[in-house]
Amino acid sequence: MRIVIVGNSTAAVGAIEGIRLFDQKSEIIVIANEEAHTYSRPLISYLLEGKTDLQRMKYRPDDFYERHNVTALLGQTVTAVDAGAHELTLAAGGKVPYDKLVWAAGSRPFIPPVQGLDSAPYYTFQSLADAEKLASALSPDSRVLIIGAGLIGLKCAEGIAGRCARITIADIAPRILPSILDEEGAALVQAHAEKHGIRFHLGNAVQSVDGNTARLADGTALDYDILVVASGVKPNLEPLTAIGAKAGRGILTDANGLTSLPDIYAAGDVAESLDITDGLSRILAILPGAYQQGKAAGKAIAGFPVPFDEAMPVNSLGLFGLHMGTAGVAKGESTVTQTDADYRRFFFADGKLVGFILIGDLHRAGIYTALVRAKIPLDTVQFDPQKPALAAFAPAARQKMINGENA
Amino acid sequence: MKRITVHEEWCLGCHLCEYYCAFANSGGDDMADALRGVAIRPRIAVEDAENDVHFAVSCRHCATPRCAEGCITGALSVVDGVIRLDADKCVGCYTCILLCPYGCITPSEGKPIQKCELCLNNSAGAPLCVQKCPNRAIVLEEGAVPCAL
Ligand SMILES: Cc1cc2nc3c(=O)[nH]c(=O)nc-3n(C[C@H](O)[C@H](O)[C@H](O)COP(=O)(O)OP(=O)(O)OC[C@H]3O[C@@H](n4cnc5c(N)ncnc54)[C@H](O)[C@@H]3O)c2cc1C
Repeated sequence: MRIVIVGNSTAAVGAIEGIRLFDQKSEIIVIANEEAHTYSRPLISYLLEGKTDLQRMKYRPDDFYERHNVTALLGQTVTAVDAGAHELTLAAGGKVPYDKLVWAAGSRPFIPPVQGLDSAPYYTFQSLADAEKLASALSPDSRVLIIGAGLIGLKCAEGIAGRCARITIADIAPRILPSILDEEGAALVQAHAEKHGIRFHLGNAVQSVDGNTARLADGTALDYDILVVASGVKPNLEPLTAIGAKAGRGILTDANGLTSLPDIYAAGDVAESLDITDGLSRILAILPGAYQQGKAAGKAIAGFPVPFDEAMPVNSLGLFGLHMGTAGVAKGESTVTQTDADYRRFFFADGKLVGFILIGDLHRAGIYTALVRAKIPLDTVQFDPQKPALAAFAPAARQKMINGENA
Repeated sequence: MKRITVHEEWCLGCHLCEYYCAFANSGGDDMADALRGVAIRPRIAVEDAENDVHFAVSCRHCATPRCAEGCITGALSVVDGVIRLDADKCVGCYTCILLCPYGCITPSEGKPIQKCELCLNNSAGAPLCVQKCPNRAIVLEEGAVPCAL
């Protein structure tokens, strides 16, 4: 059997490792338009910050392809899929036949319709190549304008803060990190970033750029030397939707990663998953989910399907030394505790913990994530919003958790 | 594979395992010298529950480890059934801390995070908490530990 994987990042690695758990024989071919050995995409900001390097940011060791008996065709773009003939078309010409296909093509930057952007030079922050281009354009006196106060814009700001004179971030949204933080939490993190010199214009869309000046909705004119567009991402799904794959914003799959097309699987940021915390299908766009979806697809292809049925948003990130961790949904009944260094908000529904936002202290926070994931009724545990502990669980449940099913 | 099992009915709550863990991972060869005046940061933690119940928790080396699967850098990986940390690759994003259902990965001093590696990462070579537990509440034995939550 020949398995072709399009993509060479998290979901692809998950698929390779999932396949090789059970199947050492099938041929595996990885095709990716990026040239690099598989690397950790989130580390591009740490690279610019000097906290990692090209060697250490490799997502898997140098001998990964060899050890997993994978042929890597890097620097090759797939332009079309023929589901009937079971073959791919490469931009460089040529076809690649497959028996099973894993579409793990991730996403690309979304470029908002800002007037003047089509003729103004700008940078994006989505790949190693993007990071390297941006780094070589920066100088100690660069004034940088970043469009987008989401995860990517903020991580970019952190990464380059030591390499330029000034960073301004503008976003149409009224607060930073709107997809993971609530208003209070966002204000706290924003104040922290401001202490590190980042300036914000929120609730204020960039309406046009012209030469080295951006105009915001409220009339403000901002001069800049370098423009970075970080306004979200778009899934690389067109080659599959072009042949009729069912899709919402992302490709739809079952819990084994199988799409609506025969022998074609999809995983990672290109695919939706069923968020168990609110029952909605969506692109989660987090690295752990991409790995788990990829691995599930790999296991299914190898003939040992283990459905991935626990997808949920879990985000952990540090920004200028301040850590935050969030999981599940951020709506409904909630409790908040706040001290100088610490913000903790928990969301409840039907007597269960359904989500949380922690800023500051993340000590043992995975215990909260587990309560959300396993939907444990809170009347069976002693939930403590300050101190997560396994002591919260009833002795029998705890014994089973710690020592395993046979305890 | 051999795993650490903990027996809360035998745990005295003495917290000695925490001190031995800190010593094993200190790099020193005299316990008193290594720990004198230090706020220890052990990779095993004794929880004291109601009714004088105590138990120690350290990495369960889950069969399907969420920490390693979700590690954004590849710093956490499974080597012969043991979840190992390549501290050189870790940038301290704490995704693993948010994913570990046992609360067994913690921030560290010097390195971004730390976790139990069954003393394979230090000169003890085999879990010192197990060797030194006075009431054999922490034992190394054959058994599969699923990731329960
Ligand atoms: C700056 C930044 C910081 C981030 N930080 C975090 C974080 O802290 N935590 C977290 O959980 N997530 C984070 N993310 C998100 C995380 O990187 C993604 O969720 C993850 O990379 C998704 O993996 P993937 O394999 O689905 O796709 P991608 O990583 O997007 O990889 C897609 C692959 O497909 C290839 N490809 C695409 N189209 C084609 C084609 N037509 N032909 C051939 N090859 C193709 C590409 O070369 C690439 O190898 C961050 C992302 C960015 C950009």
